[in-house]
Amino acid sequence: MSWIDWLSAVLVALGALFFIVGTVGLLRLPDLFSRLHALTKADNLGLGLIMLGVLPQVGGPLQGLKLLMIWLLVLLAGATGAHLIAKRALRGDGEDLFE
Amino acid sequence: MINEVYLTVSLIVLLTMSVGLIRVIIGPTPSDRMMAAQLLGTAGIGMLLLLATALGVPALIDVALIFGLLAAVAVAAFTRRRVGRDEA
Repeated sequence: MSWIDWLSAVLVALGALFFIVGTVGLLRLPDLFSRLHALTKADNLGLGLIMLGVLPQVGGPLQGLKLLMIWLLVLLAGATGAHLIAKRALRGDGEDLFE
Repeated sequence: MINEVYLTVSLIVLLTMSVGLIRVIIGPTPSDRMMAAQLLGTAGIGMLLLLATALGVPALIDVALIFGLLAAVAVAAFTRRRVGRDEA
């Protein structure tokens, strides 16, 4: 393994660590807003690290650009989605409908 | 060698994704369940990127892109839904 492979392996492993942290936060934290906070931030960072780790191994510059654009899309969608969910929960209509 | 690392990490991400889906079952509010669905989108994208490189199938990157788009649309559609004014 060359040094760039080692770099990829370390980045990908760090990304997986952030995914584990996000899932533990989603399952263990006490209320909705702290769970939202843990999940969105940790997962988007983990995805970014995995993307950076995969980046040196892809076929060409266009593929790499596509990876970067996917990460940007996920960042935008994650931030927007977190705000939408938090706003809906704050308004108080987040209860179960079918009980 | 690097491909084995990618496959292992992809398996770990798949496991965390599956464990996170417990929140869909126990989550007290629909918002919790939606958050778990968002986790499914993000972790699924990471897993697909790893698999696309490890297996040498670049089409999986496009699948990851579709995952991201669908997760965003699902969250937006869920948060726009209202109980009283549901005509559909």
